[in-house]
Parts: sequence; structure tokens; C-alpha cells
Amino acid sequence: MKLTTLLTSAAMALGLATAAFAAGHEKTKVGFVYVGPVGDGGWTYEHNKGRLAVEEEFGDAVETVFVENVPEGPDAERVMTQMALDGADLIFTTSFGYMDPTINVAKKFPDVKFEHATGYKRADNVSTYSARFYEGRAIQGHIAGKMTKSNIVGYIGSYPIPEVIRGINSAFIHARKANPDVQFKIVWAYTWFDPAKEADAAKVLIEQGADVVLQHTDSTAPQAAAQEAGNVITFGQASDMAQYAPMPRVSSIIDDWAPYYIARTKAVMEGTWESTDTWDGIGAGMVGIGEITDAVPADVKAEALALKESIASGAYHPFTGPINKQDGSVWLADGEVADDGTLAGMNFYVEGIEGDIPQ
Amino acid sequence: MDLSVINPVLLIAALMSAATPILLAATGELVAERAGVLNLGVEGMMIVGAICGFAVAVESGSPALGFVAAAAGGALLSLLFAFLTQVTLANQVASGLALTLFGLGLSALLGQGYVGVKPPSMPDVNFGALADIPILGRILFSHDPVLYFGLALVAAVWALLKFTRAGLILRAVGENHDAAHALGLKVVRIRVLAILFGGACAGLGGAYISLIRVPQWTEGMTAGVGWIALALVVFASWKPWRVLLGAYLFGGITQLQLNLQGAGVAIPVEYLAMSPYLVTILVLVILSADKSRAPASLGRIFHASS
Repeated sequence: MKLTTLLTSAAMALGLATAAFAAGHEKTKVGFVYVGPVGDGGWTYEHNKGRLAVEEEFGDAVETVFVENVPEGPDAERVMTQMALDGADLIFTTSFGYMDPTINVAKKFPDVKFEHATGYKRADNVSTYSARFYEGRAIQGHIAGKMTKSNIVGYIGSYPIPEVIRGINSAFIHARKANPDVQFKIVWAYTWFDPAKEADAAKVLIEQGADVVLQHTDSTAPQAAAQEAGNVITFGQASDMAQYAPMPRVSSIIDDWAPYYIARTKAVMEGTWESTDTWDGIGAGMVGIGEITDAVPADVKAEALALKESIASGAYHPFTGPINKQDGSVWLADGEVADDGTLAGMNFYVEGIEGDIPQ
Repeated sequence: MDLSVINPVLLIAALMSAATPILLAATGELVAERAGVLNLGVEGMMIVGAICGFAVAVESGSPALGFVAAAAGGALLSLLFAFLTQVTLANQVASGLALTLFGLGLSALLGQGYVGVKPPSMPDVNFGALADIPILGRILFSHDPVLYFGLALVAAVWALLKFTRAGLILRAVGENHDAAHALGLKVVRIRVLAILFGGACAGLGGAYISLIRVPQWTEGMTAGVGWIALALVVFASWKPWRVLLGAYLFGGITQLQLNLQGAGVAIPVEYLAMSPYLVTILVLVILSADKSRAPASLGRIFHASS
């Protein structure tokens, strides 16, 4: 008798406690799926900075979770499903290769909001967001064209996806404008993060005469390789990579996700979240240009900053005609500006770049 | 396409450097497997070696000391594996996988203060006039000491296994641990030593990546090299010289495909990217057509009572 009473009251107390907890102020849970480690010093590092900014902004009202080193494929689906099952209200999936997994998992969890970075597939509970990195690439291209002495610019690509191709084209157009003799050597690493391979790719490009190395991979390994080689300049990718300034890193493209992550988390908390497509650049502050070091001559620096200003204000678009495609056919007529749809799906090189895009 | 931009001399020099981490780790694993122990924790031991070596080199300013620490770190981690599999008789496959996961996590923890730090660089061995010989000088006499150590290690392991009593004992334990035990050999002790050797070699291989090839520390920077080393041991039929061949082939084709891409060769990049794996497997499979096979007691648990 006594035991039963005890058990009943215990169960009741437990039930009350749970109910009280549920009725009380429940935390908004925000999940992040990362393609590399948070300590990569580049892409994932910046996304994680955005996550920390969310925590700082909302304090105890949010709880964030993240999983790093998630391969782009079925494993990603498993990680997202687990996050959704664990009660996440909002999940940021931060690599292009998570596009289909995100859509698949989002179908199974209509009440969970998903945000996919750099992709183009949306649903009622899936938004996409990306930054106009190509605006920064234009500035890099200009500095690269002005500073190369061998006229060979090396470019380490990750995967042949529109985002990377856009960057190559933008950098090339502006390098050519600054220096009509410049050539691009492009090496595809087929990885976002593999320091040894990235270092190898950088070394090969340098051995083949490149004295500027641009990278679209996430680690700082190419910076280290360039530093060892000596007279080679590089640019920080996704993050400032300032530890390699003033040489070889002469400037950088910095992704600033924090304001976006805070805004979207707030929208979920207030119930105003809607599926959107965000694509912001230098003007909106999503793309930052890291300090241009003194290794760059003053006049080149001034030109680069002027270019940055004109892009930020909207006066100049990096893809303004006349621009031909690689095969010589006209893409943009004189003064014509590329539309976002073409840019988002860009799968061709512009005239002057040698080699083929892997299909 | 312009093949003249590829400098074969630099290519060969680069492939030797690229192959060294795989070579070191695979040689260590070969010794462990010849003693009958299948340690799938190579990747974990490598990454722990990478951070131990990096941290000690940065703190002490001496890359040589860093390599010593890397070997110690790898061996220490492998001691955990030795305890699990030789003392508590745990399953070797599961323990090895656990070791890799543990190593990756542990290294990330240890390395938190070392992201973005530049390590002291290791000077190349000074061969004096030898390095000035055209072509050969650049290929053979312009490397760091660890690369030569790796080559010497392969030769030493080969000689030890083939010509010495110690090698015979090691192989006996790997082929039939019950018979070896009946002969009065200390099976567990020999295996623990082989595991420690494998761990130390993997640690050196990891530190080669973090101190010489990349030189920096980033989480997860070994990026699967340990698994390639593991596969290489099998495809090389547990023979030291074939491990060397496989490692150089793999490193060489990895370098060559990057060079070809840079030169704008019109082969689809996907084929170039998969070529190191394909060619290495193909060559070693053809080589292993002879009657060589795995050590008979590989992966089996030994207890004196059985």
C-alpha cells in the first residue's frame, strides 16, 4: 500500500515536472551540419563563427548543436534526420553537396525548417542562402592580374559546380582586364578539405610557373605551400587566414554568416519564418574583403578598393558585357548584365580560359 | 596542352615526398600484420602522431624532437590497442576502428591551440657536392632526413624478416600462434612489441604530413592516408619492397595527375583523379599472382589456454 502510494506520487511529480517544463519557455534548437572540421581555418570555421554569434545573441533562449566532417552523401541524410528527431527547429546544411539530402529529409519533417547553403532547390520548409563570392573574386582577379610576373595564375578548384565556376570566370575576367597576357591554370582537387592534397596542388601549380595561387578549397594548406615557395601570393578563402599575412596572403574573401543566421533564428522564434532565396554580396555585408596588405603596390590597392566600392554600391556588376563564352559565342552584349538565373547555374568558362570543365 | 611545363625531375622528387607518409605507416602495419595482428587504427595513430609531433616541434623549436614525440605518441596510442586485443582479448577489427575514431577526436582536442601556428622547418640533409649532380642530385640528394629514414626502414624490415632469427620468430607467431606458443615463444609479448612498432611508424608518417608536407596543423589533416596504407599492405602481399613500390606508385600517380591537369591534358579529370587508386591496385594485384598469402593467424585472438 505504502509502496504504491509512493510510486504514484513519484509518477505524478514526474508528470507535473515534465508538463511544467513543456509549458515553460522552451529553447529553440538550431542545428548545423558541417562538411569539414570547425578548426579548418576557412569555410566551416566561418559557419561555426555564425553559430557562436547566434548563441551570443539569444543566450539561453536557443540551443545550438553541430556535427562536423559530414560527408556529402547518404551519411548527411542520416545526420540531418537524427538532428530533426532530436528536436531541432531549424537546421542549416552548409555545403553544396547536401542539397538533395536536405530536400529528402525536409519532406519527412514538414515542421522543421531547413536552410541549405549555396544550393538552388527549395521547398516550403527549405530556404537557400548563399553569398556572392564572385564579387570578391573580381577583386582578387584584378590584384592577381596586376601582380603576376610570370603571367600564370594557378587556381585550385574543388568540385566543378556553378559556384566554383562562377568564381573562376569572375577572377579570370578581371585578371585579363588588368593584364591581357594572363593565363589561368586550373587544377581540380575533388575535395573541399584535404590539406595534403591541397598543398600538393599548390606546389604543382607553383612548379609549373604560377606566382599567384587562388584556391576554392577550405584549408590553409595552399597558403603554407606558397609561403614555403617564397615569391608567390595567395588570397584567404572563406575566412581571413590573416596568420599568413602580409605574404603570401595579400587579401581575402571573408564569409560573414552571423547576421543571416541570427535573422533566420529570430524568424523561427517569432514564427515568421518563410522559405526564401537569399543571395547577398559585398553591399549587404555577407561577403567581406580582408585587409589588402602592403605587399600589394599602393596604386593596385587603390584600384582594388575602388572596384570593391563600385561593386558594393551596385554601380558595377562583375559580369557586365561584352563577355563571350569559351567557344567564342556571345554571352553578354556590350553593357548587358548577367541575370541571377544564369549565374546560379553557370556551367561554362568565359572566352580565354583554356581546358574543359569536368562534366 | 603543353607537356613541357611538367618537369620530370621535380615530379620524381615530389612523388618521393608525397609517398613517405604512406610508406612509413604501411611499413609499420606490415610488421604488425606479419605478427598476426590486424590493427585498423592506422589513421588514428597517424593523426595523433601528427599533432604530437607538431606540438612538440613548435614548443621545443626542434623538428627532430617533434618526430621522436610523434613516434612516442603513436606508440602510446597503439598500447591501448595492444591492451584491448592482447590482454582483454577484444575483437581486433572493432578495437582498431575504435582506435581510429578515438585518435581523430583526441588529436582535435590536443590540437586546439595549434591551429594557424607555423612549425619550425626541417632542413634537408646536406650532401654537399652530391646535390649538384644534374638531375640525380635533385632527385636523390635533396630531401629531408625522414624520407631517407623511411627508405632505410623498409630495407631494415625486409632484412629483419628474411635473414634474422627475430624475423623468423615474428613470422612464426603470425603464421601459427599455437605452435609458436608450444615452442615456448612469448606470443603476447612479441605481438605487443609489433603493435608498438606499428604505432610508432604510423606516428612518424602522420608527423611527416604535419611537419614537412603541409607544414601546419589542421583537424583531420591525414584525410584517409591511414586507410590507404592499410590497403597497401594487403595489396603488397605483406612484402616490404612491394609496399615501397605501391607507395611510390600511388604517390607518383597522384602527383602526375595534378601535373597533367595543370598542363591542360585533355583526359577527363575524373579519370585522372581515380587513376592513383586504380593503377596501384592493378599493379599490386598482378604482382600478387604468386602464391603469397596473408599470415595464417592474422586477426585471430590468442590465449595460452586454447
